[in-house]
Amino acid sequence: MGDKTAGKFSGALPPNPRKLLKKFHQNFNLKSRIRAILATRVFSPLVHVKVFCRTFFQKSSWGSGQCRSLRSLHCPENLKKIPLYIPLIALALLVWWPLWFMVMGSLMSLEELNATIGPAIMGADGFSVWPLLPSWPTLQPLAELLLDTPHFFTMFWNTFVLVVPSVLGQVAVGAPAAWALSRFRFRGRKIVATVYICLMLMPFQVTMVPNFLVIDGLGLMNTVWAVILPFAFSAFPVFIMMRGFDAVPRPLLEAASIDGAGAFRTFFYIGLPLGVPSIMAAAVLGFLEVWGAIEQPMTFLNDPSVWPLSLFLPQIAAEELGLAMAASLLMLMPAALFFFFGQKYLELGIQAAGIKE
Amino acid sequence: MNNPSETILQSGRKFNDKTSGDSVPRTPCKGTSPLDPCLESRICAIRNSRIFSPLVHVKVFCRTFFQKSSWGSGQRPENFLRRESLLALIFLAPSLIGISVFFLLPFVDTVRRSFFDVRGVNFIGWESYSSVVGNAAFRLAAVNTVRFVGVSIPLLMVVSLGVALLVRAVKGRVFKTTFLLPMAVPVASIVLLWQALFNYGGLANAALIRFGGAPVDFMHSGAAFWVLVFTYLWKNTGYNMILWLAGLDGISGSLYEAAYADGAGRLQCFRYITLPCLLPTIGVVAILSLLNSFRVFREAYLVAGSHPHDSMYLLQHLFNNWFQNLDISRLSAGATMMAAVLLIIILLMRKFLDGDSDG
Repeated sequence: MGDKTAGKFSGALPPNPRKLLKKFHQNFNLKSRIRAILATRVFSPLVHVKVFCRTFFQKSSWGSGQCRSLRSLHCPENLKKIPLYIPLIALALLVWWPLWFMVMGSLMSLEELNATIGPAIMGADGFSVWPLLPSWPTLQPLAELLLDTPHFFTMFWNTFVLVVPSVLGQVAVGAPAAWALSRFRFRGRKIVATVYICLMLMPFQVTMVPNFLVIDGLGLMNTVWAVILPFAFSAFPVFIMMRGFDAVPRPLLEAASIDGAGAFRTFFYIGLPLGVPSIMAAAVLGFLEVWGAIEQPMTFLNDPSVWPLSLFLPQIAAEELGLAMAASLLMLMPAALFFFFGQKYLELGIQAAGIKE
Repeated sequence: MNNPSETILQSGRKFNDKTSGDSVPRTPCKGTSPLDPCLESRICAIRNSRIFSPLVHVKVFCRTFFQKSSWGSGQRPENFLRRESLLALIFLAPSLIGISVFFLLPFVDTVRRSFFDVRGVNFIGWESYSSVVGNAAFRLAAVNTVRFVGVSIPLLMVVSLGVALLVRAVKGRVFKTTFLLPMAVPVASIVLLWQALFNYGGLANAALIRFGGAPVDFMHSGAAFWVLVFTYLWKNTGYNMILWLAGLDGISGSLYEAAYADGAGRLQCFRYITLPCLLPTIGVVAILSLLNSFRVFREAYLVAGSHPHDSMYLLQHLFNNWFQNLDISRLSAGATMMAAVLLIIILLMRKFLDGDSDG
């Protein structure tokens, strides 16, 4: 219906503004962006949010792509591609098998786990075997973990306490900085950008001592802030968002400033809505990074009561095999969910580091 | 010369040109009082304009003002630049303050501490450095790290390029998702799995025996190194695949069409078009692979603990152990050296990462 009403007005204008906007959010390339923006001539962030949501949910039905590739196998010219599928499927099995292993492992009873991988983990005699499906599937370990292990929930909550402020901080602090580096011309911009790139590439082992000195000096050791603050100020999200903001067309900003929009208004009404893909990219990458973080909590948190799941899991692995399997799966779940819904942004985030303009 | 402001501009320019000389600046109107030269040229301009509308005055004033003060960049007026700098500073402030407080300033302190004793009071010069370099564990870890980087990064680059080409050829989104998936798997989740695979009684050995091989103690022999390499490949192939795909998308299709028309085969196309065009991407992929290679410590640590087999004892293990002992001065020296080496690599490779050249 929306298409029809928009069609009425499409005389000399490009056909359907909303369609173009959709394309803009899908493609993330400059040309379609500019066209979309010129077509809408509305800078309301609401439109962007709406279209963004639509493409997001539309995209996430990623079954459609699969069907197409399967259907195309019937074409004779695509039959030639079958040899290409063989190594691909072999490699894909290397990825899928461990995950299958984990899902099935959490459905096994403790006796079965001991019988199958006991030799590896518990040091029993003989060698492990791994059946493709459990002989007696049971939800007992999962139930035990969820119902009888309040400890687990504390750890889960601790992880969120670390992750959510870190990611929000990365966006809140990083987005304006990225906007400044991308849009303003000032003396020393190159130097600041270089500092960010160098910091982004430094491994934790280099920043460990400096972080420790400050955190210890501020008396933050053993508090969640010792982990959150260094993550929130990390340079990587700034870099990703900078690349995203670079793609915002300059004529648009000039038009805005002619219409009387100040720097802050331009940032909030043009920069942020158009930078949504790169902000999402930074958020997804940040989430995955903090969710799986080992070194930072291990270094700065000595008190097990504030430990995240990532430190807790290896601890129980040796003692409670069944629980450990179920906990591994539950730890994977949020990351996997974020991955499947944000895969496009994840790819964007990775590309942001690689693309040369 | 009819346009008044044009005249003014010229006078201003002449004035500017002459500032280095010792003669009095020559201006179109003569007989002016010995005023401040800037003011003088302004008055001149106003006289020449013969229009006393305030707008022109404002305009003229602005022009001369900017012209006078625009040193260096001729195009952008200084005042404007200053305003933009201020705005940039406001936008950057939270991030810059955070980065300075948590990274830059303490790093300076770290460098200072590397020259002092553990308590950070007495100056000991290069002693920590010589003690670090003379340390057997450090040498082992440094050699291992270099070996790991030297083996795994080229391997990863070749494998991921192969995967990228295959995925591109079949246009399979499912495969793209598949190979990216390990990136999202938290390390802690796969620890149990890796133990089940690579411990002595594990599944890898079970498979080896099945196919008539002898069991290998993966975690307590030289094979540990290769387990680490495998883990790294497993985890990072998807990441690099995306980088390669972006690079491959950047190659113009018309190049291939022209080559096919000239009768080039697939291999020739790859050798003479794909590889040369991927050259800039190779630099980016290499440096990001290096960055990611430091993260392999997570897996190594969780699977094998803080003192793994010698073949996979990395610098990260060493630093971690020093930290446990609060050996701050050695740690500072080590971190400073590591930062210096990385900084050199980064600055050498910077042109690959720094895409924009508009300054």
